[in-house]
Amino acid sequence: MDADDSGEDVPPGVPDVPPRRANVPAEENADAAAEENPQPAAESRPAAERPGDDPAAHPGADPRPANRAQRDSARGTRVRAALTAGPPPGPARPEFWRSPLRGPWLTSVFGLILLIGIPVMFVTGLLSYAAYNPDLAPINDQTPNKGWLGFYLFSWPTDPSWLYRLTQGVHVTLGVVLVPVLLAKLWSVIPKLFSWPPVRNAAHALERLSLLLLVGGALFEFVTGLLNIELHYIFPGSFYTLHFYGAWVFIGAFVVHIAFRIPVMTRSLRSRRLRTELRTSVSETRPEPADDSGLVSPRPAAATMSRRGALGAVGLGSLVLFAVTAGQSIGGSLRRTALLAPHGQEPGPGPNGFQINKTAASVGIRAADIGANWRLVVRGPSGEHTFTREQLLLLPQHSAALPIACVEGWSTSDQHWSGVRLRDLAAMAGYREDPPEVFVDSAERGGSFSSTVLRANQVRDSRSLLALHVNGVDLSPDHGYPARVIVPDNPGVHNTKWVTSLTFGATA
Amino acid sequence: MKDLGVVKDGGLVKGLRARYGASPLHLLLVLCSFALALYAGLRLLKGNPVGVAIWFVGAALVHDLVLVPLYTLTDRALQAVLGTGSGTRANAGSPWINYIRVPGGVSFLLLLVWYPLVLRRVPDYQLTTGLAPDTFLGHWLLITGALFAASALCLLTALVRRSRVRPRRPAPPRSRPRD
Repeated sequence: MDADDSGEDVPPGVPDVPPRRANVPAEENADAAAEENPQPAAESRPAAERPGDDPAAHPGADPRPANRAQRDSARGTRVRAALTAGPPPGPARPEFWRSPLRGPWLTSVFGLILLIGIPVMFVTGLLSYAAYNPDLAPINDQTPNKGWLGFYLFSWPTDPSWLYRLTQGVHVTLGVVLVPVLLAKLWSVIPKLFSWPPVRNAAHALERLSLLLLVGGALFEFVTGLLNIELHYIFPGSFYTLHFYGAWVFIGAFVVHIAFRIPVMTRSLRSRRLRTELRTSVSETRPEPADDSGLVSPRPAAATMSRRGALGAVGLGSLVLFAVTAGQSIGGSLRRTALLAPHGQEPGPGPNGFQINKTAASVGIRAADIGANWRLVVRGPSGEHTFTREQLLLLPQHSAALPIACVEGWSTSDQHWSGVRLRDLAAMAGYREDPPEVFVDSAERGGSFSSTVLRANQVRDSRSLLALHVNGVDLSPDHGYPARVIVPDNPGVHNTKWVTSLTFGATA
Repeated sequence: MKDLGVVKDGGLVKGLRARYGASPLHLLLVLCSFALALYAGLRLLKGNPVGVAIWFVGAALVHDLVLVPLYTLTDRALQAVLGTGSGTRANAGSPWINYIRVPGGVSFLLLLVWYPLVLRRVPDYQLTTGLAPDTFLGHWLLITGALFAASALCLLTALVRRSRVRPRRPAPPRSRPRD
């Protein structure tokens, strides 16, 4: 722990360092995260102390900058100098990066977490796209030019009714929770961005291009996702287009990265025991053995944070993000724990005091649209039928306990809806058996979801309602008064509010 | 890469490896992913190619060229102000700068993720959701305060425990807890 112990437990590959804590000034305790400033104490160390300085130990590693080599190259042409003399001063030099924590093991730990987390996000993202039933009607499809990228689409089920709540809650909450892991992963490999020479050969060039797609794609997805759930629409286009195609650009590079790196990752993870690392204090923390990964600093500063500390800090970041976010997807009394999430508060008291995706005012609903003159038009083979709200209330009323779940990740627990079954309305429209899909139109002005098409399986489900009441009272204007659609397991925006017409058997 | 060098024989393969720098499988896999990226990328760029390209490349660089210098320099400045000597004193445990770094870092992370709400960058938030837009800054400040308070408690615990378990050599043990 103290001066006497510092030479113990040096990992293989790191030359034994004589005890120096006793006589080296305290400044040597440089920062784990801050490498830029050269440390005088470290500069004065003998060359043999720097684990990275033996080129023989690094087959294929970048050439080290040697003073003589630099002087020689100064006499040659500038181009030749740039190519042969090694990296220019600055971040392209491996010794610029001084954190003793950087190394393949730490990178692999973060990599493993992302290797598990990102496929979950990708799959839940694809499921969310399928949940919109985009193949049913152009109006349901926010990315109509998808081509083969919709190859996997299927009829979104209505059972279990909480499925979309779960998949989309996981998608968004996991995305938020993975932010610190992603940042830590990028921090751990930053020397690679500046690796010298910038391009070694054709394979290296392609790989770097692939990494641009990987890193750019990952952050593009995280940033657009986070901005969208916060309703901060500053990105350059429709969220659906950017997030969906961005995901496909990213995932190819992700698969390639996994294929290339999984052997290294496996080897690195086996090189150290997590349990041992979690017991290693700061003063016992040593760099990982020098290798050709380009991650281990050849001139490491003394650790000011252990690997346990670094993993703990990242884990704490994830935990705190989870704590201030997850409540908006869990709902109930836990909602108020989501202190920073967009839907962490209730809009008000009473039976209608549950989450609103878009208020009546925000989509241009006026009092006249939903007043006494409101009518519902139901169309089908038997012709056109017009109902007032009072007439609808005279039809057989059914009830269902169903949640609202939004693409933004928040959701509500089950609300108790009652109204007319969609399949009963289909029967009136002329479909006595096997009702087909239905085109739903609303009084909304503009907006992407002022009309939608529900699939036959959704219409047939006996819990699918044109709801008139919720939790025992009339719907509030913000929840779709006079009548709204509620379908089990349907994305929130497809539970159309302020419905004005239902056209059975039509998709437009 | 090297790990994918399944095919070991054959002059053609060797030639490719020498010229290209990796196994043919590497080349095939990369080209395959590029084809997918191009297929999706053309659709991604449609509409606003320049804007999307800037966002995409910007996203690739924002961490390394903006965030890292930002938090590294902040950390440096912090150490300069507090004195790096703080590190050696807490040798047995964590250098006490970590008791500032960790809560500060987590607080910054929360701001990074939720800044549009915390800094009220979403003018339509209340109109759209019917929820109050002015709670987030207060929540963030309270959480930040709680993080630093918890950190202070941890530091205090560590100091007390250290002074009990292992009295320091040069100084008389009694005077330690006051530090």
